[in-house]
Amino acid sequence: MNQPLAASPHAHAPVSIGRTMALVMLALVPASLFGLYQFGWPAIFLFTVTVGATVGFEALSLMLAGRPVRLTLMDGSALLTGWLLALTLPPWAPWWIGVVGGALAVLLGKQVFGGIGQNLFNPAMVARVALLISFPLEMTRWVAPAPLFTADAPGFFEGLAITFGGPSGEFSGVDALSGASILGHVRTELGQHEALKTALSGVYDPFSALLGTVPGSLGETSALLIALGGLWLIHKGVIDWRIPAALLGTVAALATGMHLIDPERYAAAPYHLLTGATMLAAFFIATDPVTSPVSRAGQLVFGAGVGLLVYVIRTWGGYPEGVAFAVLLMNAATPMIDHYLKPRIYGRDRRGQPLEYPEPEAAAKPGEGRS
Amino acid sequence: MKVLGFNLFGELHGIRGGVHPDDRKALVAGQPIEALPLPGLLHIPLQQHIGAAANPVVQRRQQVCKGEAIAHAQGAVSAPIHAPTSGRIAGLGLYPANHPSGLSVRTITLQPDGEDRWHPDIRGVDDPFALAPAEVAKRVAAAGIVGMGGATFPSAVKLHLRNRYRLHTLVINGAECEPYLTCDDRLMREHTAQVLDGVRIMAHALGVGRIIVAIEGNKPDALAALREAAADCAGVSIVRLPTRYPMGSEKHLVQTLTGKETPARGLTADIGVVVHNPATAFAVHEALRLGRPLISRVVTVTGGAVQRPKNLRVPIGTQVQALVDHCGGFTEAPAKLISGGPMMGQPLAELRVPVMKGSNGVLALTAAETGQHTPAPCIRCASCVDACPCGLVPLTMAAHIRAGDLDGAVGQGLMDCIGCGSCAYVCPAHIPLVQFFSHAKGELAARGRAKQKQTETKRLAEARSARMEAQKQAKRAAMARRKREAEAQKRAEAALSE
Repeated sequence: MNQPLAASPHAHAPVSIGRTMALVMLALVPASLFGLYQFGWPAIFLFTVTVGATVGFEALSLMLAGRPVRLTLMDGSALLTGWLLALTLPPWAPWWIGVVGGALAVLLGKQVFGGIGQNLFNPAMVARVALLISFPLEMTRWVAPAPLFTADAPGFFEGLAITFGGPSGEFSGVDALSGASILGHVRTELGQHEALKTALSGVYDPFSALLGTVPGSLGETSALLIALGGLWLIHKGVIDWRIPAALLGTVAALATGMHLIDPERYAAAPYHLLTGATMLAAFFIATDPVTSPVSRAGQLVFGAGVGLLVYVIRTWGGYPEGVAFAVLLMNAATPMIDHYLKPRIYGRDRRGQPLEYPEPEAAAKPGEGRS
Repeated sequence: MKVLGFNLFGELHGIRGGVHPDDRKALVAGQPIEALPLPGLLHIPLQQHIGAAANPVVQRRQQVCKGEAIAHAQGAVSAPIHAPTSGRIAGLGLYPANHPSGLSVRTITLQPDGEDRWHPDIRGVDDPFALAPAEVAKRVAAAGIVGMGGATFPSAVKLHLRNRYRLHTLVINGAECEPYLTCDDRLMREHTAQVLDGVRIMAHALGVGRIIVAIEGNKPDALAALREAAADCAGVSIVRLPTRYPMGSEKHLVQTLTGKETPARGLTADIGVVVHNPATAFAVHEALRLGRPLISRVVTVTGGAVQRPKNLRVPIGTQVQALVDHCGGFTEAPAKLISGGPMMGQPLAELRVPVMKGSNGVLALTAAETGQHTPAPCIRCASCVDACPCGLVPLTMAAHIRAGDLDGAVGQGLMDCIGCGSCAYVCPAHIPLVQFFSHAKGELAARGRAKQKQTETKRLAEARSARMEAQKQAKRAAMARRKREAEAQKRAEAALSE
């Protein structure tokens, strides 16, 4: 009888990388559909182009590297990267933003390191930051929501013109819709020494920020739907609760603390939790397994670190939004966190020395167990 | 209320990690133990235990009785081997081992005469509790009893631990946490009194006052049977364990029961506990009460590819083929044939290998049951970190080993890995982590041996050159002396002649 010899175990849990990625994408569906609906055809085109470009560049890289193309694409990681990137883009950005972003994410963010599992930085965030620095104009042009099939919404062909039209074609005739994101607006106002209350008035109310009916990135606006998707992933055991909890907890704690010190300048916790990419980062970006620590303690530190940096960059840094930078900085710290925060090995103390018991157990009972 | 670190009300302590595989015990848990008919030939390996191989004491064509010793223990850690039935020694040579390598090992082949006649000297003692503990251990050693959970460590050596450790508790490991296997479950259900008797004899030999029989919750019948039987035994408690792999890992089981971790590189005896398997307890009962040595064991034959899964009482040395045939053969060509459980069992190289003292299961798994996939790159999901009951970071250890950095892997705790396979079981990338670790441990052991050989060779070479040098010096000194003497004589002669 011949059989391939293989080490134990000879049974396996019903899990695979493809399944993990599929569940994450499933969790993203509500927030994504909502974003596509409320930003209309241009968003749909941009999403398609970004995802398509990301998967296309992945296929090209695999081909060039001589790896199995179809098998590797089937793991869904490139699809998920493109998807996440698209969600963070301004919904009416031109098509080439999606293409350049896809190329940056796959080539610079992932394949130069050796492909899936090897990259140090979150590919979608690498692309997001590179795009923001290279094309600040296109990456900060926001629009107010104009849900599909409503009066203000661009039709199919208008949408095509917005996404694929030349530089002059952009926003033609729809200028009325353009606006700033909440974070951007408040930052500008505060920069002009306006009081926070004035800055917030008219652009921010917690309820719309929760639902997502506000200007912002394609799929980041609905904190509620993103959080629901994320909680479902925790429930399914796909992601661990530690990173989201530490991240959101840190942001909330800092915001609350600063707000108590000076409510005139510092917004309260809900503002930071519900706007920008905080929710998406907490549940879907910082939890990227490849670029986050592996130990439970390390994950807490990592999440708290991202939360701290998000708050610091938003409040005192040069950009209105700091999520992408915060994630990348903590990605860089991940190897160090993994080095220092390892689980304690069974039978050893924290320093790796075998445990010692000062008094043998049976010493209490003389005569027992001795010969 | 705590006594000696144990909570009397059965409160258990948590352990880290672990997995919940589908236990698949229902396939065969309802099958009573059935005696396998004597096969035409028995192939009895001399190495069925940890330690030195037994030394054969029979000749070819010699007639032996059932239970007669056919090989004696050699050295401190070893176990004798007995004839599983009466018959003629057909040969003494090499035969394929029940080991993944399929390499041949020294084996005694016995041709049964069909009479199944016990050796006349075989008789038990009326009251084992009247014997001195050392005498009990001696009888257990003479019966060739080894740890029957699969580790096959000579049991008598463990019964002697009282000489070196302060022991207070005997734990019977009825966790049987490996999926599929039900041999211990059946034994505890069908031979409850005998198992309990063996347990109490072992506790007597160890001189401990407290006995805990720990059984996973997925064996309610065994729990109920033992609870009833132990109702009027002082100092015996029956504990229901949560069903979680690897609950049956000795050190983790003791931690669950006591909340104490065994120090790294130590024994559970370091914290006063000795652990034995229920099948070992049954063998101790037979050895002491009836004088019968360990010549048969219960084997679970199961898996999706087996026609009629069964629990069989099998004479040691029976070919696995006979077990499979008795169960009606295969329903389909099995994707994997395994000796032991699916989590830590070893692939069977072929079906003619014999059942040994440590063989608790024969599994024929279908492709669907093995759930095998082509390995993919690690995505650092940390499932393995969460699953590891030892607090290791399997993905990092594997990365070190992959890069050839075995010392780095040791630095990460490779030697604290118990090889339970929880990490590989949950890995979504299907990376064969255990294979990495086994390879590295084997390679390190080989390097250790090579280094030892090198040091020894160097020592011998240096000793030789020192010896040669000394001889040379002695020769030179002798020559110089002779020369001096000759010259002195010459001078003396010259002086005389003047």
